Amino acid sequence: MAFAPSSTPSDTRARRTAGASEDIHLPATARDLVKILVAGPFGVGKTTLIDSVSEIRPLHTEEPLSEASARVDDLAGVRDKRTTTVAVDFGRISLPGGVVLYLFGTPGQERFRALWDDIAYGALGALVLVDGRRIDASFDVLGLVEETGLPYAVALNAFPDAPRHHTGEQLRAALDLAADTPMVTCDARDADSSFDALLALVQHLIDRHAPEGR
Amino acid sequence: MTGRRGGRPLVPAYLSTGGVARPSRPHLERLSVLTGTGTPAPAGLPAAQLALLDALDDGSLTVVEAAALLRLPVSAVRVLAAELMDRDLVLARAPIPPAERFDPDLLKRVADGLRALKHT
Ligand SMILES: Nc1nc2c(ncn2[C@@H]2O[C@H](COP(=O)(O)OP(=O)(O)OP(=O)(O)O)[C@@H](O)[C@H]2O)c(=O)[nH]1
Ligand SMILES: [Mg+2]
Repeated sequence: MAFAPSSTPSDTRARRTAGASEDIHLPATARDLVKILVAGPFGVGKTTLIDSVSEIRPLHTEEPLSEASARVDDLAGVRDKRTTTVAVDFGRISLPGGVVLYLFGTPGQERFRALWDDIAYGALGALVLVDGRRIDASFDVLGLVEETGLPYAVALNAFPDAPRHHTGEQLRAALDLAADTPMVTCDARDADSSFDALLALVQHLIDRHAPEGR
Repeated sequence: MTGRRGGRPLVPAYLSTGGVARPSRPHLERLSVLTGTGTPAPAGLPAAQLALLDALDDGSLTVVEAAALLRLPVSAVRVLAAELMDRDLVLARAPIPPAERFDPDLLKRVADGLRALKHT
């Protein structure tokens, strides 16, 4: 099955997947498949972050917006050619030990609610991206994450022209974050920075499960 | 919105399921792993089912990867996969054993793996 390459691999990915072809079939070692949502408003850097850490060039599916509310039962929306679709991109990271981590770039608007629920099913948690220039654009997605009950961490994407007068505490207050919700600064274009943001989330997930008093 | 990465669907979504709107199996997750059983495809298998089966020739794919590859919505691939499962042409397994879903050890393995990759 042929794919037209949409971009040349970044140096980072070329390094991580030296010699890998465009074959997206699962490695034979794949055992446990888990997912994390990379959520946020339009243009906040979801695709950029997924691209910087993914071992495959990010792929996407076109999802009819009426689909997920009907779950698997109803393809009526698919047959209607006028149905709006949204592209949901995803990437994959094969970790040592047979775990394969999928990252789903998930649009956070309330109107994507049904699709959101379908993508969020079984997710470990969400990394919510926030653009420091327009914090309020992330309110919807924070609401969705909280309603879904997904544990999350916030990554503030470092856009150069973001106002600098915010302190971390002001931002936390503006976003109404719980005291234990991690908030990190991130440059989604940088693989290590993106890994750090993911690690902040996963560490938070671990801490939540740790027995009291430890 | 993410740029469309080219091309028309290989199978129009509204034709792909031959009008069957209800998969005959319970929920296939986005990350359920589809594997061909190796049984030869019977003559007359609908084109869309054949396309999915072909995509599994070279190895396993998750539902969402198959959808991306075939340029079909995930919902359509769920239906096609269920039909192929009914014909014993495809096996599906859950992304992760149920007992492991909330296993703290799993999260540790994810964290350790990410740290290891970060330092390569
Ligand atoms: N300076 C800076 N620019 C970024 C960062 N993340 C993304 N960008 C840029 O912001 C633009 C939008 O990023 P995308 O990754 O396409 O955003 P998205 O969230 O996928 O957007 P949609 O798919 O439209 O919702 C691109 O030009 C990126 O290069 C970041 O952390 N820092
Ligand atoms: Mg995008």
